Amino acid sequence: MADVKQQNKPKSSDGAPPRRAAVKNVTIDVKHVTRVEGHGNIVVRVSDGAITQLELQIVESPRFFEAFLRGRRWYEAPHITCRVCGICSVGHTTASVKAIEAATGIVPTEQTVLLRKLLFNGEQLQSHVLHVCFLAVPDFFGAGSVIPLASTHPDVVKRALKLKRLANDICGAVGGRHIHPVACHAGGFTHVPRPEELVALKRRLEESRSDLGEMAQLYSCLPIPDFRRDMEFLSLKVMDGSEYAFYDGKLYSNLQPEPTEVSEYRRRVIEDVVQHSAAKHCKSPNAPAYMVGSLARFNNNFDQLHPNAKEVAAALGIKPICTNPFHNNTAQLVECVHCTEHSIELIDELLTRGLHDEPLVEPSRFGLGVGSADVPRGILFHEYELDRDGKIVNANLIIPTGQNLANIEADMRVMVPQLLESGMTREEMTLRLEMLVRAYDPCISCATHFLDIEWE
Amino acid sequence: MKPKIGIFSLTSCEGCSLAILELENELLDILGAVEIVNFREGMTERSWDIDIGFVDGAVSTPEDEKEARLFREHCKVLVAIGACACLGGLNTLKNYQNEADYRSYVYGNRAGWFPTIPARPLSAVVKVDFELPGCPMIKEEFLEFVKLTLAGRTFRLPEYAVCVECKRKGNLCLYEKGVICLGPVTRAGCDAICPSFGSKCEGCRGIVTEEAVRAAGVNLREQYNVSLDDVMADLRLFGAYQEAKLP
Repeated sequence: MADVKQQNKPKSSDGAPPRRAAVKNVTIDVKHVTRVEGHGNIVVRVSDGAITQLELQIVESPRFFEAFLRGRRWYEAPHITCRVCGICSVGHTTASVKAIEAATGIVPTEQTVLLRKLLFNGEQLQSHVLHVCFLAVPDFFGAGSVIPLASTHPDVVKRALKLKRLANDICGAVGGRHIHPVACHAGGFTHVPRPEELVALKRRLEESRSDLGEMAQLYSCLPIPDFRRDMEFLSLKVMDGSEYAFYDGKLYSNLQPEPTEVSEYRRRVIEDVVQHSAAKHCKSPNAPAYMVGSLARFNNNFDQLHPNAKEVAAALGIKPICTNPFHNNTAQLVECVHCTEHSIELIDELLTRGLHDEPLVEPSRFGLGVGSADVPRGILFHEYELDRDGKIVNANLIIPTGQNLANIEADMRVMVPQLLESGMTREEMTLRLEMLVRAYDPCISCATHFLDIEWE
Repeated sequence: MKPKIGIFSLTSCEGCSLAILELENELLDILGAVEIVNFREGMTERSWDIDIGFVDGAVSTPEDEKEARLFREHCKVLVAIGACACLGGLNTLKNYQNEADYRSYVYGNRAGWFPTIPARPLSAVVKVDFELPGCPMIKEEFLEFVKLTLAGRTFRLPEYAVCVECKRKGNLCLYEKGVICLGPVTRAGCDAICPSFGSKCEGCRGIVTEEAVRAAGVNLREQYNVSLDDVMADLRLFGAYQEAKLP
């Protein structure tokens, strides 16, 4: 429970509403931030107007995925690592199959890549809808969860559920299910959807445009907190501009636009263990913290967004470079529109080509490989080293939420003095900080991660 | 009186809690029939007066042990959901490595900051009333559990193997393609989802009976000439905490 020690309560002398005096001393201690995936605490202490402690503590159990991958067989990596996280299991599967393929010389077929992109879009949609509608929006209605909204705003909740259902059904048709997909392997798919399934999904995607439009309409009325901080935005970018970067691309940021190959990721992502977090913090060569996720992708890849998505962005009042992290939720909505349109295009292409059962492509060697994907919460890296028998000897996973932790704390350091100055109550301040954490959509199960290993 | 529900996570990916939210078509009906009073991932309010508590995740830290006891104390009925809570799940893979080694591999010389214990299922620490296995939990099975419980009837898991469901669906047996599948030894209830999508059963719902394991072991050795080490590795993926001997 939060506990408060507040002094210098503002008093009104003339009966007019007082402009609240700045708060000098405050302690905020939130154990287990709610409506985020995983266990995290916020601790802020201010004494005489100065911050003495400010930490987003990650208290999730360490899980040791990288350790217990050692000794497992190469083809198991995607099915093991998708279990890092229930929300982004498709994202982990995607980065993992790409890393294993890089380590084994497997080149997937064109059909496999199209299906993977469709599966990926399904997860982006489902994760963003879950986050925006179920985890973030209740704050704006003064509700503790989406449950009361089911009675007060049934249309909104039903629409959100319908969108989420569609996203899950895309994952179901392509991967077998959304949480821990079954059919997606290094080398290809063990099952392809039937054309009629894709036709039905396409029809539902077309119908969902109006639902998304309504969502955006509702969202445009919400009072997004005004906060800005210049920061680095890191994401993938498809350098020839042919596609909005989710599945492929090179490392790119607003502060270092010369692209870096994914295999060289350690030049851009520098990890550090900090005691108050079971997840490592990350910095870049350009900044002590950087942001990954929807807003980073939006800022770096705006030109590649579908025209409809650009239109929604304009209607919601964001344009690149947007430096308000609260607008990460807005960027998620914009991405929902993009994923919907892109999925329709992918389905058209798959249907035009015709779907074929293809055997899994076999490995030609066993070595070292890095794979990356820009998953709902940002850029994700998987790296594996295989021995001669195809068993994993080393593994390294770098998770988006882990990369964002230092940036969330950096935001808080700038935000807390502003909030103190505005004379907010401790409760208001606590809520605002929780909203900031939620805006990043942290996925703390994922973020329990680990050591940088120097490999020969 | 609507039954008061709590949804909790120990060491897990929280996928099983999420699976509940993936019952989109039934969610509003469920919310009408029960009262969710404690669900950190989905709501801010928290109450400790709970009729049925659902727990995902393995017991893998000293803190998990404390929490498991707290859940037991405050829930009239305690239900383990998913492979981690029912079997220990993937987390048990670390139990086969040297503790000092896996801790330092991940956290280096700062391993001491992050306490950990061998991973165990929830039932190894407190009494569990029901288990809904699978990785993730099968949401249809969860729905069935809720319906039966609301009707005052007792939920029971299937006592037969995944092969039964697989045959019923008309899938070509993966053994015919030379793939070692754990369907013959694994508890049904998933509608054979993995073999239906061309992937071998990985045993995430746990071993149905020891007899099934023995029989499968004989078959594998004598009919398919498979190295049982590989089969053990497969069985360990989710179920390393289970006792089963290959002949």
